Amino acid sequence: MQGNVADVIIVGGGIIGAACADELASHGLRVLVLDCQRPAATAAGMGHLVVLDHSPAELALGEYSVRAWRELAPQLPDDCAMRNNGTLWLACNEEEMAEAERKHLALNAYGLTCELMSGAELAAVEPSLRSGLSGALRVKGDGILYAPNAARWLLQRRPEQVRQQRAEVVEVQGHRVRLKTGEWLHATAVVLANGIYARDLCADLPLQAKKGHLLITDRYPAQITHTLVELGYVTSAHKGNGPSVAFNVQQRPTGQLFVGSSRQFDNHDPEVDAAMLGRMLRRAIEFLPDLGQMNGIRSWTGFRSASPDGQPLVGEHPLQPGLWLAVGHEGLGVTTAPGTARLLAAQLLGLPPPPSLQAHLDAYLPQRFIGAHAHA
Amino acid sequence: MPELIIDGQPLRVAQGTTVAAALMSAGDRCSRTSVSGQRRAPLCGMGICQECRVNVDGLRRLACQTLCRDGMHVETRP
Repeated sequence: MQGNVADVIIVGGGIIGAACADELASHGLRVLVLDCQRPAATAAGMGHLVVLDHSPAELALGEYSVRAWRELAPQLPDDCAMRNNGTLWLACNEEEMAEAERKHLALNAYGLTCELMSGAELAAVEPSLRSGLSGALRVKGDGILYAPNAARWLLQRRPEQVRQQRAEVVEVQGHRVRLKTGEWLHATAVVLANGIYARDLCADLPLQAKKGHLLITDRYPAQITHTLVELGYVTSAHKGNGPSVAFNVQQRPTGQLFVGSSRQFDNHDPEVDAAMLGRMLRRAIEFLPDLGQMNGIRSWTGFRSASPDGQPLVGEHPLQPGLWLAVGHEGLGVTTAPGTARLLAAQLLGLPPPPSLQAHLDAYLPQRFIGAHAHA
Repeated sequence: MPELIIDGQPLRVAQGTTVAAALMSAGDRCSRTSVSGQRRAPLCGMGICQECRVNVDGLRRLACQTLCRDGMHVETRP
């Protein structure tokens, strides 16, 4: 039997794999990260660091993680383009304003700095938005990040402990993996952090691909300062199972406007769907009329890896000792990478988890979908 | 024969000339300056590569997809 190639093998070098590698290495473990360089969610996504509150567990993991990103910010290289620009949740009508008020109370109660803005206050802060919006909720701690460079930095930060290898994993059995070359690699633990592709290695993972479109414009002088998201994102647009679009725009430090979002289920075609992109852009122009005169220079798609309840699976596979999971983050992989990494490391090393996540541990465990207790 | 202004310099071109073609006879033949400060010029000539984006009468356009018109103002800087 071969010896271990590392203490931990991580499959996937995106933001989740990179954060897990860095966290495990900080505890002295030797980590081997295997990545086959296919297009995946970290490279495709917006890098919006945003605290959502669909459930107490989501709020706790998001708050902990965005705070961790802000604490890391002074160390991040410039090319990670981290900005603490805040999110403005936009309300188009009274119903959405009521949602803004609910969200304000929920986030405030959890200690996040946020404030409600009237339509007039919103217009003064973001004059490029169309007139007549009802108001907004401003969440000050949110931010943006260029995740591919952040992942690269995390993977190179502790070279004594973290090795990277370009390799495709085609099979996983507990704490060993088989590469496409046929070679088996062993470690004390294997971590799947390869997003939607984890399904191909572990058939019992309840992950669904949600396709999204994005577009980026040429560079322009400052149009907006916050990340702008319509509250319809949560109240109507992305509810249900049909294809949907919702306004979500940030201005990159380069001046480029980064425009989302769309969502399609059961569509595995990576090609840009012109009709869907058109719908998404029309929605964006309703909020930011000047966008219609700007030049989009690239559009692309990506696949969010979603679990049935929207929360990630972080922990040991109930039926495969030695196989650990850090998957199912849907649109929040970049946001929640630090919290995910600390949850995983705490379980793997038998250490206490971050105190603010303690009350929600069951909500992240794979056991809620896999194994004897999944259907209890 | 339309006459356009490229970075303040007048240039007369044949009818049907694209702005990308006109840039070949003007200044440093470039259309813009990249985010890292490099001058960039038209490349594919068919509206795909996005290298030739340029300001035309105050709006960002692809030089290779825009025909020259009389009195047009083209700005390649900063």
